[in-house]
Amino acid sequence: MSQRFRLNKEGLINRNKKISFTFNGKKLFGYEGDTIASALIANGIHLVGRSFKYHRPRGFFGAGVEEPNAKLQVEFNGHSEPNVNATEMELVEGLSATSQNCWPSVNFDVGAINNFLKMFFPAGFYYKTFMWPKSFWYKIYEPFIRKAAGLGVASIEKDKERYEHKFEYCDLLVTGSGPSGLASAYAAAKNGAKVILAEDKPRFGGTLLTDDVSIDNLSGKDWAEKIISELKSMPNVTVKNRSQVFGYYDHNMLVMFERVSDHLEKKSKFIPRQRLWYIRAKETILSTGSIERPIVFGNNDTPGIFLSAAAKEYMKVYGVLVGKKPLIFTNNDSAYETALEFKKNNVEPIILDTREEHSSELIDEAKSKGIDIRFSHGVIVANGYKKVKSAKIGKLNKDKNSFEKIETVDCDCICVSGFWTPSVHLASQSGNKLKYEEKIDAFVPDKKKQHETSVGAANGSFTLEESLKNGFENGSNLSAKITDTKTEIAIPNVNEKKYGAHDKFWCMPLPKNENPKRFVDFQNDVSVSDIEIALREGYRSIEHVKRYTTLGMATDQGRTSNLNGLQLVSNIENKIVPEVGHTTFRPPFTPITIGTIVGREVGMEYMPTRKTPMHEWHEKNNAVFVDAGAWKRPRYYKQGNETLFEASKREAKNVRENVGICDVTTLGKIDIKGPDAAEFLNRVYTNAWMKLPVGKARYGLMLREDGIVMDDGTTTRISENHYHMTTTTAQAANVLSHLEYYLQIVWPELNVNVVSTTEQWAGAAIAGPKSRDMLSKLYPDLDVSNDALPFMGYKEAEFFGVPSRIFRISFSGELAYEINVKSDHGMFMWEKMMEVGKEFGNQPYGTEALSTLRIEMGHVAGPELDGRTIPSDVSLNGLVSKKKDFIGKNSLGREAFNVESRQKIVGLIPIDRKSSIPEGSHIVQDQNAKLPNPKLGHVSSSCWSVENNNPFSLAIMKDGKNMIGKKFFAVSPLKNKSIEVEVISSHYVDPEGKRVRS
Amino acid sequence: MLYIKCPYCGLRAQKEFSYGGDATVKRPNINEEVSSEDWDNFVYMRKSPRGKHTELWQHIAGCRQWIKVQRDTATHEIFQTAKVTEEIR
Ligand SMILES: [Zn+2]
Repeated sequence: MSQRFRLNKEGLINRNKKISFTFNGKKLFGYEGDTIASALIANGIHLVGRSFKYHRPRGFFGAGVEEPNAKLQVEFNGHSEPNVNATEMELVEGLSATSQNCWPSVNFDVGAINNFLKMFFPAGFYYKTFMWPKSFWYKIYEPFIRKAAGLGVASIEKDKERYEHKFEYCDLLVTGSGPSGLASAYAAAKNGAKVILAEDKPRFGGTLLTDDVSIDNLSGKDWAEKIISELKSMPNVTVKNRSQVFGYYDHNMLVMFERVSDHLEKKSKFIPRQRLWYIRAKETILSTGSIERPIVFGNNDTPGIFLSAAAKEYMKVYGVLVGKKPLIFTNNDSAYETALEFKKNNVEPIILDTREEHSSELIDEAKSKGIDIRFSHGVIVANGYKKVKSAKIGKLNKDKNSFEKIETVDCDCICVSGFWTPSVHLASQSGNKLKYEEKIDAFVPDKKKQHETSVGAANGSFTLEESLKNGFENGSNLSAKITDTKTEIAIPNVNEKKYGAHDKFWCMPLPKNENPKRFVDFQNDVSVSDIEIALREGYRSIEHVKRYTTLGMATDQGRTSNLNGLQLVSNIENKIVPEVGHTTFRPPFTPITIGTIVGREVGMEYMPTRKTPMHEWHEKNNAVFVDAGAWKRPRYYKQGNETLFEASKREAKNVRENVGICDVTTLGKIDIKGPDAAEFLNRVYTNAWMKLPVGKARYGLMLREDGIVMDDGTTTRISENHYHMTTTTAQAANVLSHLEYYLQIVWPELNVNVVSTTEQWAGAAIAGPKSRDMLSKLYPDLDVSNDALPFMGYKEAEFFGVPSRIFRISFSGELAYEINVKSDHGMFMWEKMMEVGKEFGNQPYGTEALSTLRIEMGHVAGPELDGRTIPSDVSLNGLVSKKKDFIGKNSLGREAFNVESRQKIVGLIPIDRKSSIPEGSHIVQDQNAKLPNPKLGHVSSSCWSVENNNPFSLAIMKDGKNMIGKKFFAVSPLKNKSIEVEVISSHYVDPEGKRVRS
Repeated sequence: MLYIKCPYCGLRAQKEFSYGGDATVKRPNINEEVSSEDWDNFVYMRKSPRGKHTELWQHIAGCRQWIKVQRDTATHEIFQTAKVTEEIR
């Protein structure tokens, strides 16, 4: 098919470059610079989709962001994207577009039967029709709605494209490059301000590209080009096309969506697809222009019906005719420009003007060109199913509520103009309370809320002269305040056509006994009668009407429907529009891709990966890693075909029998220095710290002010005023903030400094009965005997020539040491340990074995210190000093913390000594009791006790130790298991703690 | 995203800070008797005002100082920021 609606000369497209693409499988051609929409219209294709609810045939309505209908599934550059706006997406070679929301095809759609069953789909049909019977919901209603209501199909493939985020700061952000935006940016740039000018479309200039105007004797388009090239040459200006500022957030931060490379045929792999800009602007100029609104009439959604300005844009920018027999239906002068443009291209339009016969510059020009103008006329109903074929038009009576004459005229398109609505979404998002401007029947920004200044059509100024003046003045004044420089700029001479007053008319009446659908919101299929029903059923607030009818929802956000919806409500309610108010304008203004929001934060880049200095060794030795916050920790070291269970059992057993080493670098480490360090620790921890000698470590417990355990760990006195604190891996950051809070705010009088040293030290634990033998080989010159280095002792010594710290502390419950060296020496230390440890049967062990060792010893960790337990709940009340005050002490006296039956830590073993008890199981008396079965506690940690060779668990249970000896069931509905268990002490192995002291 | 003026570092994006609650709450002195009512008020009772609120923030991804921020909880307008040792006027 040839491009039979393409004009010979007009347009800004590149006719030297033909582009091939497909639509619903058919191969077509367009030109470089086309959108999918302009190329399809050039090929005479108007039917592109089916409507959301009634599956009515739909075509193009606009030429840009305002388009409510033409959302396509588009495949290009190897990905498939739903809901692509055909009027915005630029044509690229090989692109393939298909219609959405139709089955089996856009020409024959089974769902269109909904159109004839419309009694099932009135306003609020979701809420009414599908309420009952309840069982129908899952089986019948929901699948039906899902199938019927689908828009596009999201790709299930991984997105291979790159997306970026960028943070930018500027003096002035200008959102839109129409006349007022260009003027503002230019004036501010001349004052030396740092300016960002953002234009949503590929071409700069906004209405200057389509309006028949001149500025300083240049055409609008040429003037725009001149200003843009000058701005581009200035170092203080960033000019961006294909970039939409879609959201206005707190403290003058705006977010911009840049389409970087979708329009490129070949692109470097280093160029991202799209980019999200976070722009903190000192001042913003909102020059977002205005969007034409339709007049409502019967079957006004038929393909071939366009906004009048869109029809003009297709001619002037793309060289495309939307039809060859146009009807222009208007209540104002702007549509006359469209008519004149048709005429210029040798197409004869008929103008239907709702106003009574009168005269204006444009009307006179149209008359002089011989255009057929019919005053007091309008379109009653469009005829044609998949394309407009004719229209029933009527001459309105004086009150414009009935007709003096009705006739049918042939046409192949209807271009409608119901006047203009300023795009106030950004102003509204900034917090600006809008005000209703009677003169233009629309909302405009009111008093500034943040630093937003609306200019030009976005502010309700619809003449070029005013827009330019507005732009130059505001751009200059706002930037002068920032740069302290004011460059005088002469406001250029403007030549434009003067518009007469518009008609406050927005909806055509219907003749008696005729009831075609009249749509207010095309995207959501909301008609006049839907809104009438909502009001009749008692919905009053415009926000409720919106939700009940879905008016102004979804990607469209009411761009073309908002004002007409409000007019309808105000008419029926007999209120004026400002009393009805308006609904909230939500970001984003138009849909943006999820990829852009996510940016580079995907996969491994989602957050930083922290690796210990020994990571490579673990990798080489078949470690299977587990995430501990951002850290990667070896969970176990796989030998042959071992399972996790087998490997961890082997590793733990080896620690109990010989010796093992474990990478403990990830533990939080905080350096504490200062003359008041001891006093500080004494307040932070529940136990006493004033008398800890230099060279000794102590286990400490810290609480939150509400008495709940916050963290535990050991702290060592390195020298008189210097302590080394360790925290759990998970709580490291919180503990540091906690300490800083008390030092900076609560007790600033304490002379203490804290700093994180987690990354400075590499740590390895050596645990097991043979660990002392191994240590003596690691430190041949050091006395490591029990007397010289007792439990909780500390020494500094050289480790094969590098400085190291030796702590005799134990998490496994075995005789154990922890060695710290500078991070850079971590790998050296580890490899040396592996080499020296061979003769003692040393093996590395991972977190799974580590858990086993601590669980069977009854040592608590994260699962027990879960933000709900106090020291006595986990048998740590021995560490709570009665003599001194500390953080959280006053809370421990609370009544609920001291009831005897409070849930406390116990041990559990299965009666059969075989079945593992799933973590998270509930403990109940009777496994067959009626639900809800009273819960006595829960299983916090489970392991296979290597010491006793049977499963063992820790649990937090009502009445705690009083339950010892009794039998219960541990029930896990999740794992579908119920295991009979016996309650025992939580210290299953070495309850006296002899081994750590041996 | 809020734009918060750290008294030590200057204007920085909100993502560098973490929120720390009401800045006007004062912890009872350590080693001093406190009634359980006063203690409970300190630990649990917080006002949730609509409007001006003086709160603590910590510049965790910056200088790590705790600071005071006087902010409108409804509009997010920030009236003043100060070091914790300074008074918010
Ligand atoms: Zn700071």
